[in-house]
Amino acid sequence: MAIFIWSAMGWYPLEGHWFPERVVANSSIDHLFYVILALTGIVFVGTGLLMFWFLWKYDGKHHEGPVFYSHGSHYLEVLWSVIPAILLLFLAIYQMDAWAGARMRRPMLENGQPKPPIARVTGRQFEWKIQYPGADQKLDTADDIYLVNELHVPRDEEIVLEITAEDVLHSFFLPNFREKQDVVPGMKQYVWFKPVKDGKFDIVCAELCGWGHYKMKGQITVESRSDYDAWLKKAYDDQELSEFTLAEAE
Amino acid sequence: MSSITADGQATHSHSSHEFGLGEFISTYVFSRDHKVIGIQFLFSTLLWFLIGGLLALGIRWQLAWPWSDMPVIGPMLFSAEGGQISPEFYTMLFTMHATVMTFLVIIPILAGAFGNYLIPLMIGADDMAFPTLNMLSYWIMWPAFFFFGASFFVAGNGASSGWTSYPPLSTMTESAPGSGPAQTMWLLGLTCVGISSMMGSVNYMTTIIQMRAPGMTMMRLPMTIWGMFITALLQAFALPVLTAAGFMQLMDRTVGTGFFAPEGLVVNNSAMAAGGGQPLLWQHLFWFYSHPAVYIMILPAMGMVSEILCCFARKPLFGYKPMIYAICGIAGLGFIVWGHHMFVSGMNPGLGMTFMVATMMIALPSAVKTFNWLGTIYGGKIQFTTPMLFALAFVSMFVLGGLSGIFMAATPVDVFIHDTYFIVAHFHYVLFGGTAMAVFGAIYFWFPKMFGRMMNEPLGKLHFLLTFIFLNGTFFTMHILGAAGFPRRLADPYHYETFRPLLPMNQFMTICAILMVASQIFFILNFFYSIFFGPKAGRNPWRANGLEWQAPSPPGHGNFDFQPIVYRGPYEYGTPGASDDFCPQTQPPQEGEAGTTGAH
Ligand code: HEM
Ligand SMILES: [Cu+2]
Ligand SMILES: [Cu+2]
Repeated sequence: MAIFIWSAMGWYPLEGHWFPERVVANSSIDHLFYVILALTGIVFVGTGLLMFWFLWKYDGKHHEGPVFYSHGSHYLEVLWSVIPAILLLFLAIYQMDAWAGARMRRPMLENGQPKPPIARVTGRQFEWKIQYPGADQKLDTADDIYLVNELHVPRDEEIVLEITAEDVLHSFFLPNFREKQDVVPGMKQYVWFKPVKDGKFDIVCAELCGWGHYKMKGQITVESRSDYDAWLKKAYDDQELSEFTLAEAE
Repeated sequence: MSSITADGQATHSHSSHEFGLGEFISTYVFSRDHKVIGIQFLFSTLLWFLIGGLLALGIRWQLAWPWSDMPVIGPMLFSAEGGQISPEFYTMLFTMHATVMTFLVIIPILAGAFGNYLIPLMIGADDMAFPTLNMLSYWIMWPAFFFFGASFFVAGNGASSGWTSYPPLSTMTESAPGSGPAQTMWLLGLTCVGISSMMGSVNYMTTIIQMRAPGMTMMRLPMTIWGMFITALLQAFALPVLTAAGFMQLMDRTVGTGFFAPEGLVVNNSAMAAGGGQPLLWQHLFWFYSHPAVYIMILPAMGMVSEILCCFARKPLFGYKPMIYAICGIAGLGFIVWGHHMFVSGMNPGLGMTFMVATMMIALPSAVKTFNWLGTIYGGKIQFTTPMLFALAFVSMFVLGGLSGIFMAATPVDVFIHDTYFIVAHFHYVLFGGTAMAVFGAIYFWFPKMFGRMMNEPLGKLHFLLTFIFLNGTFFTMHILGAAGFPRRLADPYHYETFRPLLPMNQFMTICAILMVASQIFFILNFFYSIFFGPKAGRNPWRANGLEWQAPSPPGHGNFDFQPIVYRGPYEYGTPGASDDFCPQTQPPQEGEAGTTGAH
């Protein structure tokens, strides 16, 4: 048996079959997942064992004597309503802080203003348009930098992104960052995270947006601040040197 | 009318005269008899079940062997593309699979087939309150069948904006090939299904309230009837919202209104004229119906499972009243949790918290139901018949499906698993592991009543075993894919490096899915063979308590050959001091027997 399982595992490559590598500082989603997995796991195994035990013990073929005649028990009903209620309420309250952190507490600047987005990501059938504000730090000015499907962010900093769509719904999904947010035409939204590991990772579209949905793929690169600055400058220079004007890049 | 002969068998006066074509049509085609209508629904939905299953295999084929020729069907369907599934075709496949399964299979098989067949019989009525309306509720399904079926053949080959049909994708013809006429037909089909459900719902509510036999108080109703009753209420309150939303979408598509499209959209390089709407509005309206709809797809199943568990454990239902309160609790909470489908939609995150707490609480009545089912089999004399096996599978699969719901209810976790295969795993455990298992159990259980013959037990058990094994092989693995972030609805997930290692697991699932669909052959054989050649069943082959088992098998027109009078609750099995191990609801209290009032 053991040999069988072992050889099956050799044939069956299991790496890549659980969470993708996490590259952000915040581990609350993974943590919550495991807490819930532990709780539900106990309940699942518990009820499963109980059921199999009853089925075996009370198999009509060998269970003699009268059945246990009962219409229920008030005491038990209260017990098995109150205990799950407490557990569920605990879970609900326990994860509120993580939710607030992910969606309500946008990173602030020293002066108490919300941190401006490092870039704007616009979903469109079937690509991610990326717009950096350029040297003046303001979006939609003459020195903006335009790219497609290529996003760079500096490591160890709180990154804020502005996301939106220009045609249909899309969803901005970064598996390694545990980040997902639908992008809705006509709405501006902000997501934030703090990457802590260098590398190149997938940007996935997770909301059906038409026949080309599957290929709406981008790449996010995490690098040191200096590499990032150098890259941004080069991107700007490339754009200036190219033949395109701003209107065409749109 | 019928009269009773000396041996208690009903004879029908009409059996003596000629059976002409007109009578054939009025008896079997445009029938007003709830039993015939129920069976019509049963046959139609089983046929669509097969179609939906084959569509699912198309999805699975693409995910296991992307861009490779489909065997047999490929060259026939799309020889132009060289027998491969195109991405357009793939989006159509999962849209239509889900549409068919929810709107043409699960909802109509529960409410239409079993609701119709069982309600009058179980409450001791001779028919539904409005037989003609009932007939119409079946025949309005045919335009629905037509619209959904024909949408495969119009330009764009089937609707393809997902069964949730989110605008603007679904409202702008420019945005996708399947958003053309196929989408319009999809909306029309949906409207017809809605009308049918509404007619059914009014009928069920009236019948259950008005037509119960003497002595059949609300607190003596079988759980199946409670499930159907609450389901009908849910339909009545939620469905108008979907129908209205569907109309709004239809207007956006055809006459250029802008309910769901914001200002200034540019689709496929052309600017859209209409504007001023909100895409999220559709999601709210859609889920306001479709969340309750998932309970519409499970409450009647829960009722039928309660029936089967009691009968084959030979015990009363544990906690009859708490079970009813739990159903009502699920239904009530069901209306205030729709937002859990929208945690990452862009909806206000503060609202997300409210929906999260409400959703967590809905797990509670489900837990109560599960524990009561366990209490029901505790201390019984369990008979492992085919219906019982399916009912037990329902309980265990429903537990798994319910528990995975807690992950999604936790908003931060949902950020990661939303729109991944974790969700797909969850609803398949509830809908296939749960509802479909209950439906199979119910078919095996009530088959003798419907057709007067027994189904074959060994074949039934084989069908159960194979379905159960391959069900878990197909759907359990989806949780693991989901934890790996594997998104749903991608024609080629391996386009992303992150998901490439998951290909072998997908192949494993596809093989399981093919085998699962193939296992249904044993069911089909058993079903049709038994209709004609199965051993004759008496009135009460399972020695069960419900009123329906007191009627002839199959019941004649008007159902009962005597006036049923109800003396006790529906689950009086194993009563100490009673002469037999079951006491039918029509049996008056006996000398020396415990607990005769029935309501506990
Ligand atoms: C023969 C067994 C079945 C198989 C192999 C199967 C397979 C699948 C697969 C692979 C998907 C994922 C499509 C995607 O999102 O990429 C799916 C979606 C879905 N299935 Fe099934 N399914 C089966 C039975 C059922 C049943 C009985 C129901 C009952 C309602 C059902 C309802 C759905 C729904 C609602 C979706 C969501 C589609 C979407 O919105 O993406 N399926 N199914
Ligand atoms: Cu997309
Ligand atoms: Cu839901």
